[in-house]
Amino acid sequence: MKPVQLTSFTATSCIGLGLGSTLESLLAQSSGLEPCTFETVDITTHIGEVRGVDAVRVPHELSRFECRNNRLAELALRQDGFLESVQAARARWGAGRVGVFMGTSTAGILQTELAYRQRDPANGALPEAFEYASTHNSFSVADYLRRRLNLEGPAAVVSCACASSAKVFGSARRMLEAGVIDAALVGGVDSLCLTTLYGFHSLQLSSPSPCRPFDVSRNGISIGEAAAFALLERPSADADGDAILLLGVGESSDAYHMSAPHPKGEGASHAMQAALTAAGLTPADIDYINLHGTATPSNDRAESHAVTSVFGRATPASSTKGATGHTLGAAGALEAVICALALREGLMPGGLPSTQVDPTLTAHYLRENRRAPVARVLSNSFGFGGTNCSLIFGRAG
Amino acid sequence: MRLSAYLNGIGVLGPNLASWPDTVAVLTGRRAYVPTPTVLPASTLLPPAERRRIGRVVKLALAVAAEATTHADTAPAQLASVFSSSGGDGHNCHELCEALALPNREVSPTRFSNSVHNAAAGYWSIATGAKRESNVLCAFDASFAAGLLEAMTQVVVDGESVLLVAYDTEYPEPIRSKRPVPDAFGVALVLSPSQQPNSLVRLDAMLCHTLPDTLANPALEALRLAIPAARSLPFLLQVASRESGAAVIDYLDVARLALDVAPCV
Repeated sequence: MKPVQLTSFTATSCIGLGLGSTLESLLAQSSGLEPCTFETVDITTHIGEVRGVDAVRVPHELSRFECRNNRLAELALRQDGFLESVQAARARWGAGRVGVFMGTSTAGILQTELAYRQRDPANGALPEAFEYASTHNSFSVADYLRRRLNLEGPAAVVSCACASSAKVFGSARRMLEAGVIDAALVGGVDSLCLTTLYGFHSLQLSSPSPCRPFDVSRNGISIGEAAAFALLERPSADADGDAILLLGVGESSDAYHMSAPHPKGEGASHAMQAALTAAGLTPADIDYINLHGTATPSNDRAESHAVTSVFGRATPASSTKGATGHTLGAAGALEAVICALALREGLMPGGLPSTQVDPTLTAHYLRENRRAPVARVLSNSFGFGGTNCSLIFGRAG
Repeated sequence: MRLSAYLNGIGVLGPNLASWPDTVAVLTGRRAYVPTPTVLPASTLLPPAERRRIGRVVKLALAVAAEATTHADTAPAQLASVFSSSGGDGHNCHELCEALALPNREVSPTRFSNSVHNAAAGYWSIATGAKRESNVLCAFDASFAAGLLEAMTQVVVDGESVLLVAYDTEYPEPIRSKRPVPDAFGVALVLSPSQQPNSLVRLDAMLCHTLPDTLANPALEALRLAIPAARSLPFLLQVASRESGAAVIDYLDVARLALDVAPCV
């Protein structure tokens, strides 16, 4: 595939608002996970909550979009001059030539969950003020951003569970390569809600303590929330060596089970191999792998198997979900931004918490931060329904 | 910017529309159209254990996908896929929201697994062994055109043959009052980069700003407006006519999709 450039990027999660504090947390190997006190949730678990989300207000003329998910999107948009970068791209290319492709799994469904507690006792109706299209519906986050930024190009939400906001990079780069657009706002926004907190609990997939990816005692995920964005454009001729490029996208389906991975990570290996093929690279060209690494016993085992089958046992790899939690539909974009930071800063982030790596997992798991030049990285995202996506990013020089 | 592809197979299921040949009969005026509730067949593709777990939205998607791939005489495992739905499984969503509003908040694990927007794509790949890339979109009322655009870029840029499945079902009350999709409608298309012996039409797509085509038959026009996947009807009408021509279909508030259709035989 033809490389595309991340001309601007930003991320907001429990480890930081914007790139500066996110990098600080990664350097300090500090986690944003805390015991869950979200809303009225009464299960014992840890979560990665972004502080101050509900103090944010979306612009008045878009007030029908008010919900935690769009507030989180708005908060992230205001970091790192990202909003201004998108406005500049709009001025450069024209509103109709900038597309919006967002990943989310639950969008603003929290609004509906709350509305169901306020149904009319006589007829069961939802409150008058409840807005379906601009909060609950998956498209609401893409629609919010295109209206907020006055973008008129193609727009869609990709909702493939936990691979959603990795796959938006694939949709956007195809639109760029086909000449349908000249720039794309891509990313993922997923916010805390009862559906996912109680849902993963019902499947016994969430841990009561902070999640421990690849650890010998790992016992489930910690749910987080995040908004992460990138502006994608064709590489500019004067891009310097620090420019970050999307080099490869690989996608596959397990065709195995709705909520369990293929035990040998067959679909995951296919996705990684396809990303390498798309980038015209070999496994030896990859310096660091940001794992999906959710910390469920079966997911990490399957992914380790898949990574080893493609890369052998030498390539350093880690999951950053011990710091951020599993941000579900935002994870692909959040980890893409972490990969961009890894490339820019020469940082391979060690996985948290730094306890005992499961000796039966054969991938080379990094526990401590490593500072070294990083030229190319691969990021994995896998989701329910057996959907897999691997992205390869690299420095221009 | 023009995106070109060949259309090799179609599946349709909707209110009193039982299949693509049945829909052709209605669109060409050979059969009178009186809407009656959509009848969804039990899926024979899935093993019984999985079959029991699926809701209307998955049944609908599997049925039209199966009709289109059979019509195109293409093995599903060879196809990349794009699934696009304006809302996913409304009944499942309602059950989860009801459970979460009760004091004990007991959520069914199966309902939660099925709540992902990509449930139909997951079941399709399990049913058919399709291991290729599969993307799943939502663009509210624009979901059909968004899915078609995504599928066309896969055909054009990656040289893939792609199965597009656009499908919507109703919400029950109380969400139904806020999102009044009345019934189920699904359409599936098999698209390829080069002409096949059984290709039906060549399709050229481009963004435009004119208003979408409407349908002369009031009942069909009502269907087009009521269910997002039925925004495809002006295009399906052009294909059914077996004549060269153009159709403009609804997309975003600021853009529509113009489709030039040329029969292959």
